[in-house]
Amino acid sequence: MGLMRVIVALMLLALPAAAQEKFITLASTTSTEQSGLFGHLLPLFTEKTGIQVRVVALGTGQALAVGQRGDADALLVHDPDAEKAFVAAGHGIEHRQVMYNDFVVIGPAADPAGIAGIKDVGEALKRIAAKEAPFVSRGDNSGTHAAEKRLWRQAGLQPWADKKPWYRETGSGMGPALNTASGMDAYIMSDRGTWLAFKNRASLKILSEGDVKLFNQYGVMLTNPQRHPHVKRDFGMAFVSWITSAEGQQAIASYRIEGESLFFPNAKREGS
Amino acid sequence: MGDLGQAGSAAIQLILGADVRLWSIVALSLKVSLAATVIAAAIGLPLGALVALKDFPGRNLAIVVLNACMGLPPVVVGLVVYLLLSRAGPLGPLGLLFTPGAMIVAQTLLILPIIAAVSRQIVADAWGEYREQLTSLGAGSVQAAATLLYDCRFSLMTAILAGFGRAAAEVGAVLVVGGNIDGVTRVMTTSIALETSKGDLPQALGLGFVLMAIVLAVNAAALALRNAAARQGA
Amino acid sequence: MSAESILPLELAEVGFSAGGNRILDGITARFEKGPVSVILGANGAGKSVLLRLCHGLLAPTQGRIAWDGGFGGDPRRRQAMVFQRPVMLRRSALANVAYGLAIAGVGRGERLASGRQMLERVGLLALAERPARLLSGGEQQRLALARAWVMKPEVLFLDEPTANLDPSATRAVEAIVAAIAGEGTKVIMTTHDLGQARRLADEILFLHRGRLIERAPKAIFFTQPHTPEAGAFLRGDLPWD
Repeated sequence: MGLMRVIVALMLLALPAAAQEKFITLASTTSTEQSGLFGHLLPLFTEKTGIQVRVVALGTGQALAVGQRGDADALLVHDPDAEKAFVAAGHGIEHRQVMYNDFVVIGPAADPAGIAGIKDVGEALKRIAAKEAPFVSRGDNSGTHAAEKRLWRQAGLQPWADKKPWYRETGSGMGPALNTASGMDAYIMSDRGTWLAFKNRASLKILSEGDVKLFNQYGVMLTNPQRHPHVKRDFGMAFVSWITSAEGQQAIASYRIEGESLFFPNAKREGS
Repeated sequence: MGDLGQAGSAAIQLILGADVRLWSIVALSLKVSLAATVIAAAIGLPLGALVALKDFPGRNLAIVVLNACMGLPPVVVGLVVYLLLSRAGPLGPLGLLFTPGAMIVAQTLLILPIIAAVSRQIVADAWGEYREQLTSLGAGSVQAAATLLYDCRFSLMTAILAGFGRAAAEVGAVLVVGGNIDGVTRVMTTSIALETSKGDLPQALGLGFVLMAIVLAVNAAALALRNAAARQGA
Repeated sequence: MSAESILPLELAEVGFSAGGNRILDGITARFEKGPVSVILGANGAGKSVLLRLCHGLLAPTQGRIAWDGGFGGDPRRRQAMVFQRPVMLRRSALANVAYGLAIAGVGRGERLASGRQMLERVGLLALAERPARLLSGGEQQRLALARAWVMKPEVLFLDEPTANLDPSATRAVEAIVAAIAGEGTKVIMTTHDLGQARRLADEILFLHRGRLIERAPKAIFFTQPHTPEAGAFLRGDLPWD
């Protein structure tokens, strides 16, 4: 019947010419996508290898879940503890460090908690808690969320467990969380890259930075092809190799916004 | 006002300086939503007509469920389709996840209840008028359903446009099953969500205006078609 | 038309109730091939319901209706009905006439040819391609007759076919009805236009409050009604006759 033919034609039209294209699906984080790093990096890789990288930007927790289900060929995420557990459970292989950036504590220029210029992030967080100044948390199980909770714990505080009214979990990505913080003049912890690319800052500015504890390590790995035979091992491996190679590392270092480097390459073989 | 003005000029700049990137996003949005609408209409119109005409056990329950499903949250539809199409899911081997095909499937499921429920109501109302005449002429329920779908074609266009509007406007389902991959599955709504994430609110709103203009254009085209047909008295 | 007929139509003690109201009660009648049967009665006497029961659009709540001829197939295929307000399908006049043939499985070429012939007979050929809903009331009623006639029915039911029409449109409809009857189709119709009954009927059935209280050849009914109710009806508290 004619109608069926139209439907089939439309379906085919809407499908990309995926079959003959070389590509991998990379589950990654909102911070790498929204900071613009991928826009800089991936064309270089594609030019060299002919392999397209399709990035699905998620929180680290969600990206790992997608990898566990076999829905991505490779992962580039930033939650070292969760990554180790993921590899240990056999979901991922070829895990390597790629780069780091850092987190910064952002807050309203008026700075009611008085943390401007304090390098010790633990001290900054304690002051925010003491003043009960509004603090926006991602609350989405992402790498940034995990890092933020780790820093609170190290400062001896768990405002989420104590259900503090000033501690506001938004359950959203970095950008939406920054929008929320900017709307309510709240403190927030963000990765530097997303912050630098973020436009709706209102009165927000960086108040505390530079503590080694704010170090944010990114790792790359392959979804385990033994669990998911359809995983494009060779293409994925090409990506892992390239991004940890001298050339890939150089490309990371050369990405700057307003003259500032966002990510610092530090690839080395992990483990043994 | 300032923000809206900025968004307006962003929209105008987007359209005037439209690059290949924007057009490909617009084209993908249209392709996905139109394909979903055509498929959902091909299933939903006959389905709605048959539920309107046929008496079967559980019919009232079916109507209630159909009407309730008009309010399906897009994210829930997206999640269900994600779990179905995921490599670990029953339809994983198709390899559809994170492709426009997956987005068509999700939007089809999302708008099918709208098209089916609204067309059921339209056909049921018409059936009150046509019932004796068609029965007298010897039409069985399938033939009657086909006749009513044809005779109600202008009213049913509203049902189809409602479905298209919802498909074109939703973000939750396509984001989950498409992944908002640049150049592959990025559509208008997921671009808007992304620009909002980046805090570029004027750009996000500008894209929103472009999307509204497109939906407006599709509706205007449908109305023009209808009027042209009505002038011929069809 | 095969040699086997669906007629006669037998009604035995037929009653119909809806929502606790008894609309028809104890109707026993037999309709044979041939005479034009006109059902008369005041508004609410149950005329339209009786036609619908005979045509199978309603099922009797008491009694039995049967087509007692030798026809072995579905008797529905051999009868047609024209309603007081016929529903015009949203398509051309020709497509309306061809519709029933399409349902019956007649091929496209044949049904369009038959449709045109039929439109010519009812004087609508010039309007064949006109959307049916844009036709006047009289034209629509003629089209409805064509749509019924094209099926070559053995029995044609007409429910107040000229109720809303002006005299000239009424004359055109009556001419078509007479032609249909003249070709051997059994016509069973209702009307409350006594003049129309005089012009078209061979026999009259008189319904009063849901009961069939008189049935007689036209000449006898109009000159010597048996029942006082029929007499009163004819003497006419009816301003239009």
